[in-house]
Amino acid sequence: MSSADTNRGWYKRNEIAITPWLFLLPAMLFFAVYVIIPIGQSFWISFHQWDGLGDKTWVGTANYERLLGIGDQNVDRKFEVSFWNNLRWLVLYLLAIPAGLFIALFLNQTVFGIRLYKSLFFFPFVISQVVVGLVFSWFYLPNDGLFDVITGWFGIDVSGGVLGNPNTATYGIIAAGLWPQTAYCMILYLTGLNAVDPEQVEAARLDGAKGRKMLWYVILPQLKPATFIAFVVTIIGALRSFDLISVMTNGGPFGSTRVLSFYMFEESLSEFGFRMGYGAAIAVVLFFIMLGFIVYFLWSMYQDEKGAR
Amino acid sequence: MKEAYWEDTMHSILKTSLATLVAAGVTASSAFADGHALSGELKIISDMSNPAPRAVMEGLVEDFGALHPELEIDLTIVDREAWKTQIRNALGANPPDVVNWYAANRMRPYVDAGLFADISDLWAEPEFEALASTKGAMTLDDKQWGVPYTYYQWGVYYRKDIFDQYGLSEPSNWEEEIANCQTLLDNGVKCYTIGTKFLWTAGGWFDYINSRTNGYDFHIALARGEVEWTDDRVRQTFANWRQLIDMGAFIDDHQNFSWQEALPFMLNGEAASYLMGNFAVAAMRDGGLTDDQLDFYQFPVINADVDYAEDAPTDTFHIASGAQNMDAAKEFLRFVTSAEVQTEINGGEALGQLPVNANASIDNDKFLEQGFEMLSSNANGGIMQFFDRDFSAEMASVGMEGLQEFMVFPDNLEDILARLEETRQRIYQ
Repeated sequence: MSSADTNRGWYKRNEIAITPWLFLLPAMLFFAVYVIIPIGQSFWISFHQWDGLGDKTWVGTANYERLLGIGDQNVDRKFEVSFWNNLRWLVLYLLAIPAGLFIALFLNQTVFGIRLYKSLFFFPFVISQVVVGLVFSWFYLPNDGLFDVITGWFGIDVSGGVLGNPNTATYGIIAAGLWPQTAYCMILYLTGLNAVDPEQVEAARLDGAKGRKMLWYVILPQLKPATFIAFVVTIIGALRSFDLISVMTNGGPFGSTRVLSFYMFEESLSEFGFRMGYGAAIAVVLFFIMLGFIVYFLWSMYQDEKGAR
Repeated sequence: MKEAYWEDTMHSILKTSLATLVAAGVTASSAFADGHALSGELKIISDMSNPAPRAVMEGLVEDFGALHPELEIDLTIVDREAWKTQIRNALGANPPDVVNWYAANRMRPYVDAGLFADISDLWAEPEFEALASTKGAMTLDDKQWGVPYTYYQWGVYYRKDIFDQYGLSEPSNWEEEIANCQTLLDNGVKCYTIGTKFLWTAGGWFDYINSRTNGYDFHIALARGEVEWTDDRVRQTFANWRQLIDMGAFIDDHQNFSWQEALPFMLNGEAASYLMGNFAVAAMRDGGLTDDQLDFYQFPVINADVDYAEDAPTDTFHIASGAQNMDAAKEFLRFVTSAEVQTEINGGEALGQLPVNANASIDNDKFLEQGFEMLSSNANGGIMQFFDRDFSAEMASVGMEGLQEFMVFPDNLEDILARLEETRQRIYQ
């Protein structure tokens, strides 16, 4: 037996242990080259002052001190504004989940042409964010825009227009973002509703459950996986909101609609940017915020799997 | 591919002029092509991507190629906006010989990184004396880093028919400007249209009011970070500006519009004038204004003790320090700065702008004629390159944002100035 073992090649002997790693290797390689190493590089650059062309100058944590206002300087005001806007995005963007659920429940019926209605509701998710942004910026236009006309009937006039007023601009953009995001959540819930067990619904009905109670105690628990995914994509969507801001306000008026990702882009890659070190420092901060959510998601997925075992 | 490129897109206007230009060029070239024929490859990357400039650039290459048949010219045209960030990569590895860029502080990153070639030797040649007006803008660290091929004036473009209707005439000083504006406002017409969504248009207003209030030298000192933003002279500039804002001289909600989106206010007669660069004329004519309705005046005097200084942003050619064919590149720069070529490429059918070469002639266009007259004889203070080219990039972006905020909420001035001053101290430490 032992002689037969030694006769076999090294690979054959270790096949069980090695093969999974071989299959993982390409993915790990690409993940390292395109994700892990760039993250490390961002950290490295964030400790420098660098214009992207010449030599890097080591400045230690100076970029972070300026960003967070450590020492005798004030917090970078643009950073402060961006951070709070990010929070607004996070909270308000979650409205897409109940809205998506509501539309999904509404559309989950068999009437003539339901497929058409479903695709119409899904439409905003299919078109480009840039188009969504353009359409909404015309909608919000002062004087001529539909929104201004409608609010005009009620005697409300947003001074400077929705996107021109620093108090309303961010909310205007979030509302535009909710339109496609709601469609996305809707499609997630529609697929989830297909998997709802009809027998459980039947049994609940026999027990006299209906309406809100049916939804809360019977349907929603079965939709938990869909809710989880909807939550994940919405949080991530809120944190990487960039294209809408770029198209609709370009960060303005006077920088009031910046979010961290947009500020990072402005500092490092825009026409007046190329302060790579400072941009990288913002990226690192954004990374840690995202990391918090990612760790939470991974942890709850892990818990779910443990429970399923 | 190159040949196909030219044949497909070669612009007819320039084609017809080819023969005359080549003839002129050949006679002139004895002065600058010192005997030896150029050969090898000349790589040019240009940002002249709009239709008319593109035709100009392709015409330039064709004509230059005809002068130097041994030379193979490889022209790449990049989208003008995209080029503002792509130039960094292009100049890095395997650089082209000649590139387009802008004058003044905008050259700074590439000069500091050693990516632009020092061409002070070209500027020492006698032919370059004709370009003296922009020598300052091409100079950093006492060396010259590029050559200008075109520039354009800024000023107030106004609806002559509306001015006539209310019996107004071109103002020459600030009091007249304000009196005119008051008359217009009393008749329900806004004095100025402006779209500040992309911020830079507000920079033009600041350039003019600041240089008219405190003079060119002060303005440039501020751009270099030598003066505090909280200085009383800067406050005076904003106080003058505020007179107009408080009158309601500017259109409402301008922070929502790009400069093009602000044009209809002037075309419809809701606003009477526009502080803009000469490139706006084409858009105004396209919008249906005739030359009888449209006219131009120089920004009026505010402080009688300072000379006129004018915004005239200059577009340029540069040689990459890593150029493979330095001789051909320098010859091309001599070619584009010669009086004949500058006359040709700046004509109304081509770029429709002003030639920099003082010996060049300008096209028969009333705006170009007025602009040329203004810049050559009535801009003794100096030529500014525009807010976002004179100020360093970071100061410009923070600054223009502050200017936009000031135009909407003038009461925030103290806060804005404090912010700008904080930025200045950090950048120019």
